[in-house]
Amino acid sequence: MKKFQLPSHAPLLGRKAWTAFLLALIAVGLLAPVLNLVVPAGSPLHLSDFAVSLVGKIMCYAICALAMDLIWGYTGILSLGHGLFFALGGYVMGMYLMRQIGQDGNYKSDLPDFMVFLDWKELPWHWTLSDSFAATLMLVVLVPGVVAGVFGYFAFRSRIKGVYLSIITQAMTYAAMLLFFRNETGFGGNNGFTDFKRILDFPIATPNMRMTLFVLTGVTLLGFFLFSRWLVGSKYGRVLMAIRDAETRVMFSGYSPLPYKLSIWVISAVMCGIAGALYVPQVGIINPGEMSAANSIEMAVWAAVGGRGTLIGPIAGAFLVNGAKSWLTVTAPEFWLYFLGALFIAVTLYLPQGVVGLVAKLKNKQGGAA
Amino acid sequence: MAVEAFARGGALPQGARFLQEAVPAAEGCYSQGHNRMTTMRRWITRWAVLAGMLLACTAHALTAQEALAIASGESDARSEALGQALAQGDDKTAAYLQALADDAVKLAAGQVLVVRDGKGQDPVSGQAMAVPLDAEDVMLNNRLRGEIDTALAALKLFSPEVKVRRQAALSLLKEPDARRKPLLDKALASEKDPQVLLLVRQARAAAMLRSAAANDRLLAARELATSAQPEVLLLLNQQLTAETDTAVQGVLRKATQDVQDGLRWGERLGTLFTGASLGSILLLVALGLAITYGLMGVINMAHGELMMIGAYATYVVQILFREHLPQAFDAYLLVAIPVAFLTSALVGAVMERTVLKHLYGRPLETLLATWGISLVLMQGVRSLFGAQNVGVENPAWMSGSLQLLPNLQLPWNRVLIIVFAAAVLVGMALLIGKTRLGLFVRGVTQNRPMASCMGVNTGRIDTYAFALGSGIAGLAGCALSQVGNVGPDLGQSYIVDSFMVVVLGGVGQLAGTVYAALGLGLANKLLEGWTGAVLAKIAVLVFIIVFIQKRPQGIFAMKGRSAEA
Repeated sequence: MKKFQLPSHAPLLGRKAWTAFLLALIAVGLLAPVLNLVVPAGSPLHLSDFAVSLVGKIMCYAICALAMDLIWGYTGILSLGHGLFFALGGYVMGMYLMRQIGQDGNYKSDLPDFMVFLDWKELPWHWTLSDSFAATLMLVVLVPGVVAGVFGYFAFRSRIKGVYLSIITQAMTYAAMLLFFRNETGFGGNNGFTDFKRILDFPIATPNMRMTLFVLTGVTLLGFFLFSRWLVGSKYGRVLMAIRDAETRVMFSGYSPLPYKLSIWVISAVMCGIAGALYVPQVGIINPGEMSAANSIEMAVWAAVGGRGTLIGPIAGAFLVNGAKSWLTVTAPEFWLYFLGALFIAVTLYLPQGVVGLVAKLKNKQGGAA
Repeated sequence: MAVEAFARGGALPQGARFLQEAVPAAEGCYSQGHNRMTTMRRWITRWAVLAGMLLACTAHALTAQEALAIASGESDARSEALGQALAQGDDKTAAYLQALADDAVKLAAGQVLVVRDGKGQDPVSGQAMAVPLDAEDVMLNNRLRGEIDTALAALKLFSPEVKVRRQAALSLLKEPDARRKPLLDKALASEKDPQVLLLVRQARAAAMLRSAAANDRLLAARELATSAQPEVLLLLNQQLTAETDTAVQGVLRKATQDVQDGLRWGERLGTLFTGASLGSILLLVALGLAITYGLMGVINMAHGELMMIGAYATYVVQILFREHLPQAFDAYLLVAIPVAFLTSALVGAVMERTVLKHLYGRPLETLLATWGISLVLMQGVRSLFGAQNVGVENPAWMSGSLQLLPNLQLPWNRVLIIVFAAAVLVGMALLIGKTRLGLFVRGVTQNRPMASCMGVNTGRIDTYAFALGSGIAGLAGCALSQVGNVGPDLGQSYIVDSFMVVVLGGVGQLAGTVYAALGLGLANKLLEGWTGAVLAKIAVLVFIIVFIQKRPQGIFAMKGRSAEA
């Protein structure tokens, strides 16, 4: 059989893009720590702790938006369950952090406070590995990956697609939320985990630790960006886009969509899980509220606002929407939901390509005029 | 909603454990106290006999000493005095006890007097008397208050009205007290109505269940076996754990069994009823979605908020009636139904005209846009009515309940909602199946270009159909306002459930929606019986997820060409 010549590979990033990427890496890995830790607090160049924790948080969201984009923007599967994977990653990390509290809790017990409160005598079985950091890192990847793999295998095998999939992912997340709200499940019920003291035996609430987590999150985000870029530029990525545009035709061309959809589904779930694991030590709390339907849908909006089917779009979208959120909830809290609602409507009606699409359009116009 | 309830009960297992520990401890106290009380009772009886001899004439009516003894002193002695007075109670005793229960009794210089509307009265002689300045209120602790309440009930055993006597016997059966036995004996002798007689006998048996004589307990247990009251089961079980005599234990066990058998039907029917009630609510919620999602393919995440608007419309109508037409308040619901329908339909029509019109054929986009609309609507309601829940009152004809069996009460509001859901279903089926509008809606759903060629204004039909679906959501909201809280988050708690119903029933199928709603309601309530509410809900969700894997088209799949659409 004659081998078709695919168009030659585009480079991973263009020259300009590489420059921007390196600049971002320097900003996150060098500039931010110096401005925050070295420059004194009074100086106009000082980066406040508040800004560090806010940007750190938003970078976690940006990872989720990127994951959402891979599954929705590139493969056409709108998941309303990514909040679950985010929370699962967060819970795995939270369990480790709870164990790190040691005997410094309110009850001075080896067990986490909420277990003492429930009068439990020993750790439940699913807490077995929680005292090892290495195992935690592994589980952060494995738990969301396995949950997504099992769910995805059955869902995609029975060719559930489109809205049906969205609705059952939502049902899955809702069921998980109800489960986590129960005290008996062993995840702290509606209070979840909080009051973390240290990570890897270092105190968690110090400027240095905050900065370490910030840099780690930034580097992870940039790493995922490169990875996604490589993924969508490969043949694999092209099949994903073909599935998005005409799944039936892909099948008729001899491809089985199942392994493609399943693998990208698991990859994006794992990315969300890692984002959750980075998020929890930074905000210091995880509870079942993270699994509410609203959170998963918001992830879709970040991707949509930035621009689906581009990789820089979702990251920009996460920053824009969450920046607006943290600004509006302080200055005009009652307007935040109006704004968010209007954003949903406006983006779907007028900006199907998101902000990135809008910028490209404006550029084209200028280019045409010039 | 479930989540919120759970959040409030966060420490529940803890509390439950405390209770478990507390119960045996309390029983221990009781038996100790019981011994002490029997000794004391002996003393007091002696004293009373002595006093009776001194007085020479045994007063059958309330005496000043009794009145004073009930009103002052140590709680134990007061309750004893209450028992004494009650054994020979008359109208005066009843009036005095009523005054005590109403906190209208004062104490001044060793003399009790009933003070009503500032006028004093001697409870014994009934003569008016001045209220001394230093008169103090008579205090009742919870225990005494409870005893006085049952004592009042006991006196009602001699009311001329059968209904009152029946109620009194029932309340004595539910809260038995060995000291009421003489009174029950008296009632037994005078009672003529066979139904009340049976209850009095059971109440007497319940009072004797803790008797010291094994034979009394045996007879009491036999008598109680004929009862079908849930409270009796509790009594029998309590006695069974405390019982030492093996013969009585056997009879008690048998009696428990009999009562349980009697209660079983009520329980079964009760579960079925709550299941049907939940099913009817789900049906109402899902019927609107069956049109907007099932027939039109619009993923309306704002459906819950349209319900919320219906509920708030009901609230506004209620307020208007209370302010301007208080005499016709009970009729407000009849006005609220069309108002809720029209308000939600109007909001729905505006939604369709401004936003959804541009998104047909892009279901994922409608999902996001309608979610945005739902946020705006929720925040709008918060700005207008505040973030707190508002109170919607049931009209008088909807409150209360229908008592079918001793342990089966059907609240009227739930019964009426089942009827209402059925009515809405029939109305909608007729509208879709028999009217011109329904014909157009079906035509547009099945083949839009062809319907358009036949001269159907498809754009207008879309608006009508969406408004209809939204209006039905408003009706659901109106119904929900009668059984639950009305707040800005009302819709959020139903949105997942309602989509489950539509998806499970099969898109575009009214019959499927009905079966799915009732099936889910019943399954939820039946499972709740042995797994608890949260696990039942999770089990149902998991079941639906698995079911959809097997049958992606729902219970009733569309056949033929439209299946691919």
